[in-house]
Amino acid sequence: MRIRTFGRHLKEGTKNIVRNGWMTFAAVSAVTVTLLILGVFLVLAMNINHIAEVIENQVEITVELDLSIEESQISPIEDQIRNIDGVKSVVFVSKEEGLEQLKERFGEDAYLLEGLEEENPLNDIFIVKAYKPENIDYIAKEITKIDLVTGVDYGKTTVDKLFAVTRWIRHIGLIFVVGLSFTAMFLIANTIKITIYARKREIEIMKLVGATNWFIRWPFFVEGTLLGILGSLVPIVLIVFGYEFLLEKLNSNLTLSFFQLLPLYPLAYQISILLVSIGVFIGVWGSMMSVHRFLKI
Amino acid sequence: MNYMIEMFNVWKTYPNGVYALRGINIKIDKGEFVYVVGPSGAGKSTFIKLMYREERLTKGKIFVNGFNVERLKERQIPQLRRNIGVIFQDYRLLPNLNVYENVSFAMEVIEAPKKTIKKRVPEVLELVGLKDKMAALPNQLSGGEQQRVAIARALVNNPAVIIADEPTGNLDPETSWEIMELFEKINFRGTTIVMATHNKEIVDTMKKRVIVIKDGKVTRDEYRGGYSYED
Ligand SMILES: Nc1ncnc2c1ncn2[C@@H]1O[C@H](COP(=O)(O)OP(=O)(O)OP(=O)(O)O)[C@@H](O)[C@H]1O
Ligand SMILES: [Mg+2]
Repeated sequence: MRIRTFGRHLKEGTKNIVRNGWMTFAAVSAVTVTLLILGVFLVLAMNINHIAEVIENQVEITVELDLSIEESQISPIEDQIRNIDGVKSVVFVSKEEGLEQLKERFGEDAYLLEGLEEENPLNDIFIVKAYKPENIDYIAKEITKIDLVTGVDYGKTTVDKLFAVTRWIRHIGLIFVVGLSFTAMFLIANTIKITIYARKREIEIMKLVGATNWFIRWPFFVEGTLLGILGSLVPIVLIVFGYEFLLEKLNSNLTLSFFQLLPLYPLAYQISILLVSIGVFIGVWGSMMSVHRFLKI
Repeated sequence: MNYMIEMFNVWKTYPNGVYALRGINIKIDKGEFVYVVGPSGAGKSTFIKLMYREERLTKGKIFVNGFNVERLKERQIPQLRRNIGVIFQDYRLLPNLNVYENVSFAMEVIEAPKKTIKKRVPEVLELVGLKDKMAALPNQLSGGEQQRVAIARALVNNPAVIIADEPTGNLDPETSWEIMELFEKINFRGTTIVMATHNKEIVDTMKKRVIVIKDGKVTRDEYRGGYSYED
């Protein structure tokens, strides 16, 4: 394409956006709302995924052994656990070590535990880790079957709940976004249809004297792209600044700081690129939807 | 021998079941001036629309300046249309563009070089006699002048053939004659012209080739013919 031709398309496309002020406003608003909601869901989903991953990887199984266990019985049990599929590591913590750790955790209040050495109420335990969080359930079940194992404990409910929440957020987000995208596309298609109606005679003459379909399409392509880009500006600004604000609030509040949210960068770039791309996609799709029929002359 | 337009057993049925053309065979030479006449609804406009593929034929073959019209792919149609200048009864000018812009528009949209446009547009406007009205808007012109602009637009890209569907249909007799003289001039310079018309007086006086279409068939084809299609 000649540069002059491209300039012409750019000018025509921009002119239409200005000329149909109110429709442009409606279409851009629709894209804005769509992308804003999409963006919020994305940030939410990305963070929940991140947190879930962190927690999942921390999940370990605590295996309590019978109080009456003999020292010679311990290593066969360890071997049995190791032989279960998916087990990554098995660490033995004797009741004495367990008590030490407990004391450390109590810190200054450790005197409360004085004297427990004589009659240690703790069990010997194994700490078992899995290669994949999904295997935890299976491994725990297998361990329960072993003799002299009195208890198996892991944060099953926490993990399950987290998974359920992530799933729900994804589904709801998807439904919202698909629905809104269609609305936005429809509004863009309508905006551009108005332009096309206004320029029907022009298009007819272009076709008659032998302009190519792409020559006719380009200004509408430009218009759709611009509508999409315009619609993505406000959501990007709101989401990036909003997120930065949220991170600051969380980090200054210690009780909440165990929420390890994703850092602002590269998230801000990812979200911006994603929202602009989706905006442009919606815009181009909408414009092509309405131009298509008019080229069949 | 290469003809400008050839039709072989051309049929056209509209989707609503109307048989507009039923087996047209016609050959038009380069440089000819042809009138197409016939009663209303006979199929004249259909005959013309098939040539630049506004409508597609149902059966048969059409060649226009070497293009096998029916076989063209969608993206090849612009090439065909750059060989044809089309003129209508209602002028079809762009109301917001002045005379010069209406004509240059046809060159811009096929991406002609700027220099060529600047040189060619005044030439054509001179030919149609509107050189001193270049800045006027269509609604500041008479019907005859508007049709001259449309003719200039059809001519500006140097088509091999001009096809006109009742170009004088909205004009008074005197203006019609002036437009006809313009067409004669254009034909004299070598452009083939095919014109559908209801103007009996003009057809009878000009003594050109006359093709009569009735009920979708060619019922008469005479050189130096007259208008009458009532046998
Ligand atoms: N788009 C269309 N769809 C259906 N039928 C059509 C269409 N265009 C034309 N026809 C029919 O085809 C027949 C031929 O029409 P056409 O316009 O070619 O006639 P015409 O000779 O140009 O008439 P006129 O002198 O009144 O302009 C008519 O019966 C008309 O009703
Ligand atoms: Mg007609």
